[in-house]
Amino acid sequence: MKMPYTRELKELIKKVEATRPTRVEKKKKGEEFRLLSLKERQERLEKYHPDFKAGSKREIRIGPSKGYAISPEIVDLLEARSRLNPDLIDLSKIAYETDVLVIGGGGAGTAAALMAQEQGVRVTIATKLRHGDANTMMAEGGIQAASKGEKDSPYFHYLDVLGGGHFKNVPELAYTLVTEAPKVHAWLENLGCMFTKFPDGRLKALHGGGTCRKRMHYAADITGAEIMRTLRDEARNRVQDIKVLEFSPAVELILNEHGHCAGAVLYNLETEEYFVVKAKAVVMATGGSGRLHIQEFMTTNHYGATGDGLVMGYRAGVKVCFLHTVQYHPTGVAFPEQAEGILITEKFRGAGANVLNIEGEQFVNEREPRDVESSCFIRECVEVDKGIPTPAGKMGIWLDSPMIDMLMGEGAVRREFPGKYILLKRFGIDISKEPMLVYPTLHYQNGGLEYNNRCETSIPGLFSSGEVSGGVHGENRLMGNSLLDVCVFGRIGGVSAALYVKEKAKDGRLTLDHVRKYHKELEESGIVTDRVAPMLLPDYSNPKVRERQLTAHYIGTIR
Amino acid sequence: MKEKELVPIFIMGKRYEVPSSLTIQKALEYAGYQLVRGCGCRGGICGACGTVYRFPGSYKIEVGLACQTMVQPNMYLTQIPFFPATKTVYEIEKIKPTIETLVKAYPELLRCLQCNTCTKSCPMDIEVMDYMAAAMRGDVTRLAELSFDCVMCGLCTSRCPAEICQYNIAILGRRLYAKYIAPKAEHLAAMVKVVETGKYEPMLKDLMNTDEETLKKLYTAREIEPEQADEYWTPKDKTYL
Repeated sequence: MKMPYTRELKELIKKVEATRPTRVEKKKKGEEFRLLSLKERQERLEKYHPDFKAGSKREIRIGPSKGYAISPEIVDLLEARSRLNPDLIDLSKIAYETDVLVIGGGGAGTAAALMAQEQGVRVTIATKLRHGDANTMMAEGGIQAASKGEKDSPYFHYLDVLGGGHFKNVPELAYTLVTEAPKVHAWLENLGCMFTKFPDGRLKALHGGGTCRKRMHYAADITGAEIMRTLRDEARNRVQDIKVLEFSPAVELILNEHGHCAGAVLYNLETEEYFVVKAKAVVMATGGSGRLHIQEFMTTNHYGATGDGLVMGYRAGVKVCFLHTVQYHPTGVAFPEQAEGILITEKFRGAGANVLNIEGEQFVNEREPRDVESSCFIRECVEVDKGIPTPAGKMGIWLDSPMIDMLMGEGAVRREFPGKYILLKRFGIDISKEPMLVYPTLHYQNGGLEYNNRCETSIPGLFSSGEVSGGVHGENRLMGNSLLDVCVFGRIGGVSAALYVKEKAKDGRLTLDHVRKYHKELEESGIVTDRVAPMLLPDYSNPKVRERQLTAHYIGTIR
Repeated sequence: MKEKELVPIFIMGKRYEVPSSLTIQKALEYAGYQLVRGCGCRGGICGACGTVYRFPGSYKIEVGLACQTMVQPNMYLTQIPFFPATKTVYEIEKIKPTIETLVKAYPELLRCLQCNTCTKSCPMDIEVMDYMAAAMRGDVTRLAELSFDCVMCGLCTSRCPAEICQYNIAILGRRLYAKYIAPKAEHLAAMVKVVETGKYEPMLKDLMNTDEETLKKLYTAREIEPEQADEYWTPKDKTYL
């Protein structure tokens, strides 16, 4: 069943069409809508960004970052019991033994596995769903690197990363991100990743929000999928050394008597068994947490993005940082309702598409950093009251995609954005002719486990890579830096873990005492709860059906 | 919002009434399923939720991704969350972008009957049979281009009478193309070398040790490449290049 724009919306689109020729002319002349000053950015953020809303934060009452105020949805997970009663599992029964256990089969985890394998160690990837089911797969727009020496350098990339992150980023991490970026691109190119290129081999590049040089490289509008399927294929070529356990999420880290990380307890989602994997080092690469639907926002994230790694790492004693900010992507689908929350890549704005209110007027430059852009959208809808009402009773902003054909030539939208073109075409909307209706959507976990630029955490033998970690992006990540993050720190995590295995790992008795201790701390803090974590899967099944499941037993969200 | 209109659908033959505004994926959840298999990105790119369906009285097998396909009254559906596939292990560094590579890795490629069932089974509207034809000709470039949008859901493989795993041949083709046929990004290789010389170390170390106020000034003063600038634009200030 197609859901094209309603008659009311088609009427409103006429206002967009009326202002389009003038806007295209301006764009061609290089006349841009004024960018906000740093002071104005701050004002917009404080007034309209969801992070600043009353009730958007709560202090964590236990654990290594006790007193730190972050989203209540995450605090709820941290102030929860283990899925496991530590007394029930026999740690001497080892189902699998490996050198490096990688938890998470997305971009960071797979990159880590490949690099660890190249160091000559055995690797096991444990992943909750299928190998490659991850936010990496869904990243669309691109991956940043200063690759063109005549106009760009890691210096400028660094400045952009810090400006986007409100200058709060951990300098060493940002440094590593930007200096490793060209190398990571060359690695991907060499693995056979199909970047979009000019006929002479130059990588095509666009701006992202908050970039001063066009350095966002891409593979059409499915950059993440292209990277993920390439890395996964390569991992499958190394099946001798890289084992993959699918539908087997980790639920708890295992430490040993020396306090070193020594494996994990996994859960077979299908047979409902818990089992032990013993490892000499562990790379945590579980990704983000969009499926927690912070402040009830819709999300662009993968089904499995439930913040599992935060919970496991925190319980084992790793601090969390930068979780006080959450990234809302400005452009999630607001109509049709069936596609609600799905990501509309920032590349549309990078390619020149304006954002407009109900009058077809611009109210913000389309390339502010994401948090600022989102705040301006929310302001336009909530305060200025010039949002576009959707049939579902929500608000949206126009993203004027047809401009791209006028700027880059007929057919550009279809060619550059095949994924989104097909997606909306299925609903009866031709985005090369009609604008898209968008609204901010929960997109990225800016913060996470504390780590350093060798991906080491405070626990020997535990490494952290990708979205589960915090610090590199400061308080707000720029577009094209998450695919870069998973590749850079995935690779480093893999190498560090392998070197640790060869040089430092020390065998010892396995223990879950940290879980017992955590449970005790919960009780002593007076936190009485039946919540369990990690969540593993969000709960989208029908509550009315649940009422009739008279003999079903749920542990958290899982039956 | 108006009252939701319910329509009957048949999940693996069993009748449920679900709101007509839902995708197949959300209809499964509405019916009471908690998805473990057959659900991934929920955005049409990961290939976890390949689904086949039919309507009463129609011979035609229809396909779609559950997260992208709206329910329709009386559809009989099942998801195919997994289908056994052949995956040949190869060393990307040691192979060449030729027909010999493709045929050696997947000899069954030559069993293709050109029946077009694969194309008809593709929820991404990819011309699968055409890229298979390109593979049989050894046209690696065309194989890569035609298969680029593949989400590797496996529906083509589930229906192929010649028992071919098209999508794994396709990814081999794309990797061969990108590694060996597409021209290399020379500027990238050059930049990697320059970074290795340590040229940017002093300026980056300076930035890392600079206070926030100075950083803000440097940030605000950045020269911004105009959006409409052509590929060969260069900045006025070349100090930090």
